[in-house]
Amino acid sequence: MQIYLPIAEMPVSVLLILGMGAAVGFISGLFGIGGGFLMTPLLIFLGIPPAVAVATQSAQIVASSTTSVLGALRRNALDHKLGAILVAGGFVGSALGVWFFAAARRAGQLDLVIVVSYVTLFTVVGSLMLKESIREFWTKRKGGTVRLRRHAGEHAPYLGLPLRMRFYRSKLYISVIPVLGLSLFVGFAGALLGIGGGFIVVPALLYVFRVPTTVVVGTSQFQIVCTTLVALILHAVTNQAVDMVLAILLIIGGVFGAQFGARMGRHLRAELFRFLLAILLLAVGLRFALELVLQPEDPFSITVQEVRQ
Amino acid sequence: MRTLLFLLIALFSMTSASAESLITSLSNHRVLINSNYTGTSIAVFGAIERDAQTVARATGYDVVVTVRGPNQFLVVREKEKLGPIWINQEQQKFPLAPAYLSVLTSRPITEITSIQLRQRQKIGLRAIINAPDFTNTRGGADKDFRDALYRIKAQEGLYLEDERGATFLTPDIFRASIPLPATAPPGDYNVEVTLFADTVILAKTLTHFELVKTGFEEQVGFVARDWSLSYGLATALIAIFFGWLANVIFRRD
Repeated sequence: MQIYLPIAEMPVSVLLILGMGAAVGFISGLFGIGGGFLMTPLLIFLGIPPAVAVATQSAQIVASSTTSVLGALRRNALDHKLGAILVAGGFVGSALGVWFFAAARRAGQLDLVIVVSYVTLFTVVGSLMLKESIREFWTKRKGGTVRLRRHAGEHAPYLGLPLRMRFYRSKLYISVIPVLGLSLFVGFAGALLGIGGGFIVVPALLYVFRVPTTVVVGTSQFQIVCTTLVALILHAVTNQAVDMVLAILLIIGGVFGAQFGARMGRHLRAELFRFLLAILLLAVGLRFALELVLQPEDPFSITVQEVRQ
Repeated sequence: MRTLLFLLIALFSMTSASAESLITSLSNHRVLINSNYTGTSIAVFGAIERDAQTVARATGYDVVVTVRGPNQFLVVREKEKLGPIWINQEQQKFPLAPAYLSVLTSRPITEITSIQLRQRQKIGLRAIINAPDFTNTRGGADKDFRDALYRIKAQEGLYLEDERGATFLTPDIFRASIPLPATAPPGDYNVEVTLFADTVILAKTLTHFELVKTGFEEQVGFVARDWSLSYGLATALIAIFFGWLANVIFRRD
């Protein structure tokens, strides 16, 4: 069954889009990430114009993350205070990212900047997580205890900077400065790459701040909803590239997928959860690295220049 | 009044010189896109009128139907190896490339007329793409980019040349079918029909059709363009509503 997309100006198969939404939604719900970095390349592969793909998938992220946030709220697995600080810093970072985006485009190498950033971010974050989770498996097998739980008075020096704040839900008493730094960076990368940044927030909260796994997903999803909502409206106003029909199809598939993902995530052991996320990030990073290194099938490509009034 | 007179004289001199006149008609001047649109085809009908003075032609007639879609500003880029990675290096701009271009002929175009005439009159896909005003010529460096544009557009079904695309039903009446894939964008399309006999152009006609979104599709396009903030907010609300709905439906724990 085919349906014509009014903004993308092409027909797509309804079942295919629903299925894609469900698959990405499942991963998104499972790991507490937005899934934009998976959906955007899939949509572009289907022939949807890149601007429409980036803009429209943000609507799906809003929907699936709303579901996760509501679920987390009910289970009391959301740290409002930490989330609010992440959001506030994220907006400032997004503004910087949008500015840098325009500068890179003027320089004429925006594509390269994006692919290189993807490769670096994903491989670095992915391999750090993989190393960490292999160490966890190892200590467990040798009969040792996994020391991810914090001990009293034990923390990295940067968490003890001034402006300390108490985050009850996350069982933290740390300086706001590193949290703001993280959110600035995530907002910046998100605006530049068109992603929510969940895959940076989740590992950072887990490993740098040692926030309990149950709280991490809810809090990261809260941050994603807020930043992606702003991104969605900005895309609609500045590029007029949000396709409502495509958005609704993706959302319907996505919300169902996200539900099953979230449910499965709750039954997943914490170490396995981190291991799988690490593998996923590494795989995506590798895919982009291959795109850079392998000889392209056709070295030529066509892009439609934006219509200038 | 004077321009009209000039036009009439011009028209008269043209018809009297070539003796044949060409009449063409499209099956549809307005193609509507609705939610189950998956491409369409438009028929071109043509008749060749001969008057009393028309010389008897030894060879039959040939027609070339050229269809051009709305213009786009296209950039073709070439990836080259730089150290270990492949990056976009050279580029070539095509400021007025038609989004859709098809040439339907009654015989292979090389048999219809000479290469000089094809190049001068831009008859045939190759001649249009290789025309000097299609993109700036950079001393031969542009050739690969023109070829790449043709190749990629042809793979998408947007540029095509069909040497059996036009058929004569009788010696004086022909028809051609313009295939429009679903990815051909909305906008104005013009259809140019050129009549040949013995490698010479006898007559030309130019007609138009438009591809437009209707109903819901048109409304969405209109709101997204002219009410972009409300449209963005509405999409955001729909997203939040579905998110909430899923949460309510799946509340079991």
